[in-house]
Amino acid sequence: MTNPRALVLRAPGINCNRETEFALSRAGARAETRALSQCLADPSVIENAQILVFPGGFSFGDDLGAGRMFALSMRRRLDSSLQTFLERGGLVLGICNGFQALVALGLLPSPERAALVTNQSGHYECRWVRLKSIDEHRCAYLPQGLELELPVAHAEGRLLFESPAVAERLCDEGQTPLRYVDASGEATTDFPDNPNGAPLGIASLCDPTGRIFGLMPHPDRAFLPHHSRGLGALRSGATVDSPGAVIFDGIVSQSRELV
Amino acid sequence: MKCWRIEVLTKDGMPDPIGDAAARSLRAAGLEVSRVRSVRGYLCDPSLGREAIEALCREVLVDPIADRCEILTPEELPESAPNRLTIQPRPGVTDPVAQTMQEALALCDLPQVTTGTYRGFLVESGHSPQELQDAAGQGLANEVIEQVLTGTPPIGLPGPGGQPDLAVRDVPLDGLDDAGLEKISVEGGLALTVREMRTIQSHYGDAGRAPTQIELETIAQTWSEHCKHKTLTGQIRFGDEVIDNLLTSEIARVTNELDRDFCVSVFVDNAGVITFDDDDCVCIKVETHNHPSAIEPFGGSATGVGGVIRDILGTGLGAWPVASTDVFCLAPPDTKEEDVPKGCLHPERVLRGVVQGVRDYGNPMGIPTVQGAVHFDPDFVGNPLVYVGNIGILPKDKVQKQPKPGDRIITVGGRTGRDGIHGATFSSLALHTESETVSSGAVQIGDPITERKVMELVVRARDEGLFHAITDCGAGGFSSAVGEMAEGLGARVQLDKAPLKYAGLAPWEIWISEAQERMVLSVPEANLPRLAELCAEENVEWADLGSFDDTGRLVLEYDGTLHGDLDLHFMHEGLPVFEREARYTEPDLSDPNLPEWSGTQLADALHQTLRDPNVASKEWIIRQYDHEVQAAAATKPLIGPERLGPGDGSVLAPKLGSNRGVVLSSGLNPRYSRIDPAAMAECALDEAMRNIVAQGGDPEHTAILDNYSWGNCEDPEQLGGLVRATRSLCSLAKTYRTPFISGKDSLNNTFHDGDRKISIPGCLLVTAMSVIPDVRRTIDASPKTDDGYLCLVGLTKDELGGSVYWKTRGELGRSVPRVDQEMGKKVLDRMARAIAAESVTACHDLSEGGLAVACAEFAISSRKGLDIDLAEAPRNAELSAERILFSESQSRFLCEVPADRLQDFEANLGEVPFGILGRIRSDQQVLAVHNGTETLFTAPIDELTTSFRSTLDLDNTLEGQSR
Repeated sequence: MTNPRALVLRAPGINCNRETEFALSRAGARAETRALSQCLADPSVIENAQILVFPGGFSFGDDLGAGRMFALSMRRRLDSSLQTFLERGGLVLGICNGFQALVALGLLPSPERAALVTNQSGHYECRWVRLKSIDEHRCAYLPQGLELELPVAHAEGRLLFESPAVAERLCDEGQTPLRYVDASGEATTDFPDNPNGAPLGIASLCDPTGRIFGLMPHPDRAFLPHHSRGLGALRSGATVDSPGAVIFDGIVSQSRELV
Repeated sequence: MKCWRIEVLTKDGMPDPIGDAAARSLRAAGLEVSRVRSVRGYLCDPSLGREAIEALCREVLVDPIADRCEILTPEELPESAPNRLTIQPRPGVTDPVAQTMQEALALCDLPQVTTGTYRGFLVESGHSPQELQDAAGQGLANEVIEQVLTGTPPIGLPGPGGQPDLAVRDVPLDGLDDAGLEKISVEGGLALTVREMRTIQSHYGDAGRAPTQIELETIAQTWSEHCKHKTLTGQIRFGDEVIDNLLTSEIARVTNELDRDFCVSVFVDNAGVITFDDDDCVCIKVETHNHPSAIEPFGGSATGVGGVIRDILGTGLGAWPVASTDVFCLAPPDTKEEDVPKGCLHPERVLRGVVQGVRDYGNPMGIPTVQGAVHFDPDFVGNPLVYVGNIGILPKDKVQKQPKPGDRIITVGGRTGRDGIHGATFSSLALHTESETVSSGAVQIGDPITERKVMELVVRARDEGLFHAITDCGAGGFSSAVGEMAEGLGARVQLDKAPLKYAGLAPWEIWISEAQERMVLSVPEANLPRLAELCAEENVEWADLGSFDDTGRLVLEYDGTLHGDLDLHFMHEGLPVFEREARYTEPDLSDPNLPEWSGTQLADALHQTLRDPNVASKEWIIRQYDHEVQAAAATKPLIGPERLGPGDGSVLAPKLGSNRGVVLSSGLNPRYSRIDPAAMAECALDEAMRNIVAQGGDPEHTAILDNYSWGNCEDPEQLGGLVRATRSLCSLAKTYRTPFISGKDSLNNTFHDGDRKISIPGCLLVTAMSVIPDVRRTIDASPKTDDGYLCLVGLTKDELGGSVYWKTRGELGRSVPRVDQEMGKKVLDRMARAIAAESVTACHDLSEGGLAVACAEFAISSRKGLDIDLAEAPRNAELSAERILFSESQSRFLCEVPADRLQDFEANLGEVPFGILGRIRSDQQVLAVHNGTETLFTAPIDELTTSFRSTLDLDNTLEGQSR
């Protein structure tokens, strides 16, 4: 079986592409990173991929709003390649700044719009959080019944919707696969379990097809055994993958069907 | 200049955290404010039509869910609003957002017209515009780089810039006496001594002409203390002794004599380089950025981070930065307003500023800030210290660099502006009450995204072998970078070719500007086309400034006119040897005669010690830094299941796919310097080494860096302390077999407040880096068993001098900790052996606050109870409970040893003294302390945690929270 092709998009200021590419390769993908300028020169790299990843970082410095210039570049210059990719059933993952770009593009949650704005605390926050998947979430490549811990590191991770009803509806529709939960496993809006104040503890979104998924936490910093070593292992020598690996394993194995 | 104005506000009912933060800031400045709404303001050239402006808003500036906007035509003024604050970058200050707007215009297929930005705040309060303006200057705005306007100010776009002054100016020195020479140096901000001016006078006398202004500026930059370290490399008369060059005779000598095989490149490049694995080296550099941070903490620390990253990018043929470190020494954040001298910023503002600077530069760079420290002392009020470090990975075959005659001089990255003129010479002068006004040009803000793009470019161009050498533009700008690369060769530079931020820069300004995010490459002409392609792909601007040659001259031209023709040999070797007096007088101190505390008094003392800002949790800072990016972190700065405990440093696996790692740590305690700089220095090294070993590092594969910050060394007493510190440091480094691989000094940290001089306590930061085969075999400082043994390794002595405990009781004392070198080395080696043998599951070094704080931190990080008996502590004499708990004796560790490993632990420790103090009690939530049969106190972990976390919780977000 041929391994799926994963393309990691590097806009100027994106800085998590290396670890993201490595995590995808480790999960079995033929992963490669391309600068946005290289994709503009040769858009076929997007069309020929089965997995498209928008990684974390500070695209264009987030000078005009988090992820917005990344989104503008895609919409103004690569829209048809992106549409072709999606029509072929390609899978999309957005992490942190990449998630912000997907939301700014309007691909998430779809058809409704959302925004990701400054954390309630008013500043950047780097910490590990507990996440739990909702029942019957719609993401095409995330297992059901997930409980995991991942690091977050962002200043603009608070989701906003047109109204509270939209947030409720998205949860009912299964479009909010992972939510921030407290020690008892309940979704929460309280700091620090919820690092940004997002309503209903929403940490991630997927589109109605489930093929486009984005999240604020960073699985790309929590897939190797030593990444979560501080979680209380008695001795050194951890050998089990850290929890974020499940997301890369999921997207790669699901995309094999497309190859 | 008239222009379009776009004002973006959050929709009614949507949260506005930026407005809320502004309200907090204005309230902190003493105003009564009910609410603040924030405005993002964008300016565009009037030549754009309304449709274009609306398209720009729709496409990128305005979020359809969160925002609404108001568009004002070039003819309109916003309606009168006395409660409105507008904050705009001062002319000439980098505005990265305006630059990004240009890219947005291009993506929207609109003409790339002039753009600008501002921040607005609509303040609901009863205060006058003047009161608002004054309050805004105390935190909301930074008036060094921003203008605060009230009401409806006529904001416009900056004009096209003036005409440059292109005159070639001679500075006649012939016939001038010392007073005349000094006047030229002072008025020009050159920071040259009379003796140096005389040397220059005589050099140009021989040449039969006057130096031009640009030549004199170049020499001043090259000869600055900042670049040349002339105090340490000069001649020092110390009592009957004459020391020639303290750097080579002491520090470099240790490295040379140790001759460790892992050292690859030391003291010659931007950073120290040691071996990492078969393919790569690891390099490390720590810089000080004290003076700029005193004037403008945010810009100072940010550009400090940016500068040290460029140091790593410019090491060898370019290393890939993998981690950053930061250490601050500041006055306590609760310093009373009346204790802050005129011309100084309040320490809390400095703390907030330097943290934001590191955060807002380091995070966007995608380089984790993994390791740091903060130390507070009132005498840092005029001279806060900001140490910033960076670590990089450098392929073994890319360590050597050498420009070749004929190579093009290529600048890549940011444009040159008037920012940071005279930074190198400014940092070599003492700060005084007026520094804020006279030196504002020496400060600037950085643009991390530009540097990130340069970082991607440099490594790609390096891997394709496109250049022969690379140097960062730091202090002195092009003059230092090109001047350094041309040493032993020659160069011809066309200054008019440098890309400028705005018109109007004189040639000498271009030459010495310290505009950020620039690197200089030495590129064979044949490689230029490929370099240009890579620059295009990475969105990096580049320019060809001229070429290297073999003339021995540094020729500076503008538009074909000769502005300078310097003798490179004179520039680099002509500096006369500095001569300084040094003297050391032991301070007249004694230990206080305090009543011994016992029982619950000791519990109170422990709480007070945990609340001391030097001990208290730095979580408020750490959480704002990205310490996880690059997916390398194995041990993170906060540890334990709920990540509340302080680690001893950090462990990284910097190459994805390899478990090989580096262990990082630091040590400093300038408080000891008040008693004896020698003790301060050796304790800094011992602490750094303890932290390496406590994490599972290898003391036999560890390199160290020394960073001095000292008072004015023209004062023989100051210099005497420095010599004393250096000798004690070097002696211990020799015993510990730890080579120095890089260092830096900042020697003029004396603040002049009228007649009052405030000198910082002599401060040595030791940074240590150990290379280890497998990060999975390291440990941290959070206990993991339910009932493991608690073992104290090393001797406790009667050493409360300079301790935090005595500080909380208002005393300094005399009995400062000293390091027993032979014992210290044994303890480090044996502990490393015990940890490598996996007989230890958690280890913490004993430093400020001694055993009491180490035990409390074990409990705080693990949420497990401890039960200990002080009578079991190994000591060199009978000591009271108070002394066993709080003495800061060196070479000690607290270990958790599982019951089934105790025998192995003992065997591995050999002759090193240790005592079994007690056990972990995971079934209890208290720290219980006994002395023999007497129970001294039991302190609940929750209460200890609260004390530990409350002091530096500047935004009141941690209190009562777990995780």
